[in-house]
Amino acid sequence: MRPPGAGLNGPVCAEISLRVNGEERTVRVDTRTSLLDLLREGLGLTGSKKGCDHGQCGACTVLIDGRRANACLALAVAHAGAEVVTVEGLAANGELHPLQRAFVEHDAFQCGYCTPGQLCSAAGMLAELAGGWPSAVTDGEPALTEKEVRERMSGNVCRCGAYVNLVAAIVEAGAL
Amino acid sequence: MSVAARSIGASLDRVEGREKVRGEAVYAYEHSPEGVTYAAIVQSTVAKGRVLAVDGSAALALPGVLAVLSHDNVPRLEEQESELAVLQSDRVAYRGQIVAAVVAETLEAARHGERLVRVEYEQEEHDVELRVDHPRLYRPEQVNPSYDTDTDVGDVDTALAWAHVTVDVSYETPSFHNNPMEPHAAVALWDRAGGLTVYDTTQGSAPARAEIARVFGLQEERVRVVAPHVGGGFGSKGTVRPQAILAALAARAVGRPVKVAATRQQMFDLTGYRTPIVQRLRLGADAEGHLTAIVHDVVEQTSTLQEFAEQTAVVTRMMYAAPNRRTTHRLVALDVPTPSWMRAPGECPGMYALESALDELALAAGIDPVELRVLNEPKHDPESGLPFSSRNLVACLREGAERFGWAGRAAQREGPWLHGTGVASSTYPARRRPSEAVARRDGEGFVVQVAANDIGTGARTALTQIAADALEVDPARVRVEVGDSAFGQAPVAGGSAGTASWGTAVHLACRRLVEDGGGEARVDSSDEVEAQEPYSRHAFGAQFVEVRVNAETGEIRVPRVLGVFAAGTIVNPKTARSQFIGGMTMGLGMALLEEGILDPRFGDVVNHDLATYHVPVYADVEEIEAVWIDEDDPHLNPMGSKGIGEIGIVGTAAAVTNAVHHATGVRFRRLPIRLDQVVAALA
Repeated sequence: MRPPGAGLNGPVCAEISLRVNGEERTVRVDTRTSLLDLLREGLGLTGSKKGCDHGQCGACTVLIDGRRANACLALAVAHAGAEVVTVEGLAANGELHPLQRAFVEHDAFQCGYCTPGQLCSAAGMLAELAGGWPSAVTDGEPALTEKEVRERMSGNVCRCGAYVNLVAAIVEAGAL
Repeated sequence: MSVAARSIGASLDRVEGREKVRGEAVYAYEHSPEGVTYAAIVQSTVAKGRVLAVDGSAALALPGVLAVLSHDNVPRLEEQESELAVLQSDRVAYRGQIVAAVVAETLEAARHGERLVRVEYEQEEHDVELRVDHPRLYRPEQVNPSYDTDTDVGDVDTALAWAHVTVDVSYETPSFHNNPMEPHAAVALWDRAGGLTVYDTTQGSAPARAEIARVFGLQEERVRVVAPHVGGGFGSKGTVRPQAILAALAARAVGRPVKVAATRQQMFDLTGYRTPIVQRLRLGADAEGHLTAIVHDVVEQTSTLQEFAEQTAVVTRMMYAAPNRRTTHRLVALDVPTPSWMRAPGECPGMYALESALDELALAAGIDPVELRVLNEPKHDPESGLPFSSRNLVACLREGAERFGWAGRAAQREGPWLHGTGVASSTYPARRRPSEAVARRDGEGFVVQVAANDIGTGARTALTQIAADALEVDPARVRVEVGDSAFGQAPVAGGSAGTASWGTAVHLACRRLVEDGGGEARVDSSDEVEAQEPYSRHAFGAQFVEVRVNAETGEIRVPRVLGVFAAGTIVNPKTARSQFIGGMTMGLGMALLEEGILDPRFGDVVNHDLATYHVPVYADVEEIEAVWIDEDDPHLNPMGSKGIGEIGIVGTAAAVTNAVHHATGVRFRRLPIRLDQVVAALA
C-alpha cells in the first residue's frame, strides 16, 4: 500500500503578488506555505512570530486588508492581491506608532516574542472598536475600556504575564 | 570624571525595547545562514519499547528531502543516557521521544516528509501514573540541586501527639508546562575546521556551550552558542534541550546549516515540565499558635532516562520556627519525559502546600492567618542556624495587610457570587554564582560584554544600570552585549541568580576599568563569590488575593492580587514590577487553569496545545499590583539586590486557594481548582 502523499511529484507552486508594508512583492510560493512562513522564511520579515502555528496564541497576528488575522492560519497562495501590514510596517517614517511608544513606556512586554502580534492585534482591535463593532462584554455603545480591551485581546497570549501593562498601554495609545 | 546620578533604582525603559516593538529583535529560528535547510521531528508513538525499523524511503522520494535521520544512521555521541542522547539507541523511554528527523530544502518538504516516515516498534507495557502507593517509589540520594533528600530534626511524632491543634492534609498538583511563547529552536552550522555554532533558545549561552561540547566530544573552544534574544524560558531553556543536539547532528549529516523548532505540541514532550506532586503536610501548634512540628512528605516522578528530583520540601526547612521538623522526598521513575526546571522549582509547589496547610491551621486554631505567620517568624534560619542576611517577611505581611484592607475581612455573598480573601507568604533564595565580564572604552562610551541571557527578565537593562553606576556615567553611554558564549564563562539565567551573578562581574570589570584607567578590563568574579560570608540569604514576600466564586457556574474570578516583596535593592522598578506581576500572573494559571492531563493508555499529555492547556490570558487577569519595601542588605553583592524572577509565582496559588476557601467554606486540595469541582462541592 502506498503511504498517503507518496508519489506526488513535488510541491505545487504558484506565482502571486501582494503588498507587504506598502511594497509590492511578487513571489513564487509553495501552495502549502502559510502567510506566516512566507513572511518569515521567504521575505525575511521575521517580526511576525510563530508561537503555535495553530491560531491559538496570536503571536503571528498581522493586518490583512486592514483586519487582524493569524498569519499562521492563512495560506499565502490565497492572499494574492492582499494588503498585508506586519509589525515592521507599523512605524511610519521612522516614528514609532503610538502603540509601540506606549508599549515601551508601560513595559508592556518582557521577552518580546508575543509583542509583534500584540501590537498588530491592538491596532486592528482599536479599528474594530472605532468602527462600532460590539464584543461579548459590550453594554450599549462600544467604548475603549479596560474590560473591552481584556475581552478583545484575549486571543493574544503573553506567557511572561504582561497583561496589566499591556492593558494600560493599549488604553493610553487608543485614547490618542 | 563627574559623578553621574545613580542609575540603579531608576525606571529605565528596557534598552532593547525599540528593537522589540519594531520586530527587529532576532530570535534563534530567525537566523538563516547561507544554504540553510529545515529539519522536522518524528516522535515515538509508543511510551516504552524498541524501534525495530525506520523506513524513510517514502520521505526520501519527495523532492527537496535531503536526509532521514534515525538511530541507525546517526554517529555515536559522547552522551548515551540522558534526554540529549538524541537518536543514539533503539530504546524508547517515553511517548513523544525523538525517533527520527527529516531534513529538507524547505520547511514544507520537511514537514511533509515527517508524515511519511514509517517507524515500526516492539511495544512494551508502560507505567506512567504517579501514585503515592507506587511499589517502585524510592529515596533519591539527593534532591535538586544538591540538598539532603530527607531531614529529621527533634521529635515530630511526640510533638504532634502533644500538640494543642493539628492538621494532616494532602495536596495534589498536576504536571505544569512552562510554555514560553517562543518554541524551542536551534540553528546549527559546522565550519570547515569542525567548529560548531548554534543559535539556540537557551537561558545560558556559556553552560550550553559546555554541554553541547561534551555531548559531541568537542573542546569547548570549538563550540559557540549565540542567543541574543530568547522568547521566555521559565526554566525550560535552562538546560540544553534535544533540538540543539538534533540541529547539529542534522547539519553534520547534510553538510549544510539546519534549523529546527519543536512544534507547540512537541514542546509538551521535549522541553521539560514540572512534575506532578502529592504532598502530605502535618502541622502541630500550641494553644497560642506557635508551631511545634512540621512534617512535609513529598511524592513525585522522574523518568527512566535520568533523575530529576524536584526539591519540593526544602523550603519548609527554613520557612518557619518549629523545633521539630521532618521532610522527605520519594520518587518513582516512570515511562515519561523527564521533568525539568520550571519557575521556582521546589519553592513554588512546596510553598503552595505549606501555605495552604498554614491557612488550615489558622482556621483550626482560630488565629488570623497573617498573625499565625508573624507568630512563627524564626530568629535565624531554622535549618542551618545561620543568621538571615535580611528577613522582612513580617514587614511584607504588615504592609500588605494595610494596603489590601485585610483587617476585618469577611466573606460575603452577592447573588450567586461568593467573595473571599486569602493570604500566603513567599520566599526564594538569593544566590550568586561566578561569572566573567569584560568592560572596554569605545569612543565616547563603553562596551560591556557578559555571557548573560536576557530571556525577558530585563537583564540587559539592569546590567546597563549596574555598569553605568560602576563607571560613574550616564547609562546612555554604556552598551551591554549579552547572549554569546564568546563573551566568556557565565551562569544560566536561572535560580533568580542572573542579575546578582552577572552584575557582580560587570560591576567588578567596570570598577577595574575606572581604577586602572586602561582601555579594557576583564574579570572573573569567582574569588569574590567564593569568599562571601556565611548567611542565609532569601527574598521574602506576601501575597493577598480577593476572589469571587460563582456558586451556580463554579466560575472563579480574581479581581485583585497584591504582592509585597522584600528583595533588597530594586535595580529597575519598572522592569522589576513586570517580573513580580508576571510571576503572580503565572501563579494564577497554576491555581485555576493549568493542568497537563495524562492519558494513561498512551502515556502522554492529551491537552498538548494552547487551546486545551490553558495559560492565563487577558480576560483572566484584572488588578495585579506589586510593591516592595525598602531593604538594605549589605551581605549580598555590590548592588545589594536579591533575585526577583521567581518569587512572584511562589505564594500566589496558595493565596488564591485560601481565598476560595474563605469565600466558599470548601477546601480544594487539588490544583487547578476547576469549575466542575466547585459546582460539585457547592451543590
